[in-house]
Amino acid sequence: MDKVDKMDRADKMGNLDKVHKMGNLDEIERIELAVVGGGPAGLAAAVKAAELGLESIVLFERDNFLGGQLVKQTHQFFGSKDQYAGTRGIDIAEELTDKVRKEAAIEVKTGAVVQGYYEDAVIGYLEDERFQKVKPEKTIIATGAAEKMLSFPNNDLPGIYGAGAVQTLMNQYGILPGEEILMIGAGNIGLIVTYQLLQAGVKVKAVVEATDKIGGYAVHATKIRRAGIPILTKHTIKEARGDSKVEEAVICQLDENWNIIPGTEEILEIDTICLAVGLTPKIDLALQAGCQMAYVPELGGDVPVRDEDLEMTEENIYIAGDAGGIEEATAAILEGELAAINAVRAISGGGSDLEAVYAEVSEKLADLRRGPVGEEIRSGLKKARGDENAGRDRYSRQRRYSK
Amino acid sequence: MDENDIIICRCEDLSLAEIREVIEEGYTNIDEIKRIIRLGMGPCRGGTCLQLIDRVLAEYQGAGRDEIQMPTNRPPVEGIKLKEIVGDAVER
Repeated sequence: MDKVDKMDRADKMGNLDKVHKMGNLDEIERIELAVVGGGPAGLAAAVKAAELGLESIVLFERDNFLGGQLVKQTHQFFGSKDQYAGTRGIDIAEELTDKVRKEAAIEVKTGAVVQGYYEDAVIGYLEDERFQKVKPEKTIIATGAAEKMLSFPNNDLPGIYGAGAVQTLMNQYGILPGEEILMIGAGNIGLIVTYQLLQAGVKVKAVVEATDKIGGYAVHATKIRRAGIPILTKHTIKEARGDSKVEEAVICQLDENWNIIPGTEEILEIDTICLAVGLTPKIDLALQAGCQMAYVPELGGDVPVRDEDLEMTEENIYIAGDAGGIEEATAAILEGELAAINAVRAISGGGSDLEAVYAEVSEKLADLRRGPVGEEIRSGLKKARGDENAGRDRYSRQRRYSK
Repeated sequence: MDENDIIICRCEDLSLAEIREVIEEGYTNIDEIKRIIRLGMGPCRGGTCLQLIDRVLAEYQGAGRDEIQMPTNRPPVEGIKLKEIVGDAVER
């Protein structure tokens, strides 16, 4: 081995040493609060935490813009006046984003993907093509949801979209997904997207819904029916057909056991199928943190077990918005605020001001979930909270995950 | 209905027929199926297929969906290049 080679090697060893040091906890930047996700829940959480006096908050968003799903929501919201009723989702996104940008305590990282939640509560994230770490005292997970898929023959043909993708194309980029569409799912998303497609001049052939009732608000359903579009309950898609893209959809009727009733098949000529069959929480980080999960269909599937204050079964980590259970943007905003209040309380101790804000936000959230519309959510949340007297680790309906 | 045409895992292009094949060979939990045919190991990290596979397994086991054990969730959440982890600390 000659001298140059030796030096080269020594130099590389030195550099390797640097790599190992990346794991040294003392060298990791510390912050008070990390908020993962720049949608309604995350934005609201960051703003509230700053308003309540935290000084180092980092807001992570994987997209290059803030607002999450709100930026696609061109329709006006329902509900009470002080909860954005009559305001379009996209305007709510702008309002919340402005507030975030005005707070000096919030460092906004867009285009930053949180890749992992590690032991010792360290967050690893990818920004500017570099994997970096930060150690927050508290973390709020507001990662939102992912769309569910259906299994039917040829479900991978081009022209089959999730409703989120259709909204992105149409409302965010001004591109029509197709000309003749079959909508699957009559929940609020299915109905709202159907109406938006109609407004954009797309022909919607039918809306099919597997259950026996329309899940979305009657107001939306009425508008669609008035436009002459059939909403077929107890119907599903049997298969998609086409060579290189979707050309036909076979729909059929279901009996009370969800079996296809033979002879009820009907062929629709379409070039696009839109799936609006529900969302499921994005729970990756909560799982990595070791939090317990419960299978709660009312909330979209596996959700983290959490207490009233939105803290999960591992300490220092809170959940807010769709990541904890599928609800609406207004609920996500309030949950974000609530999680922030609780995180601040845990960091800086309580105070009468804090308690007043806590009471106010909890009351708003309870209001929103009151009445028949909120019944499913209330029942789901009860399951997700488990037996409150049983302590952190004794949730009876825990979903098993491999360790 | 041809189950070869029903795609369960889009990232790894796995059909329901292929999944049934390994289940019938005796690989009856998601962790095993993952290791044998890479179910859920593509870019979406199981985001789509895990919502479909537990129902398939529940049917075989005569169990509820919520009784099916889910696989370990590990970092990274999305694909990441080795270069992005080590940076320029190690060349070549």
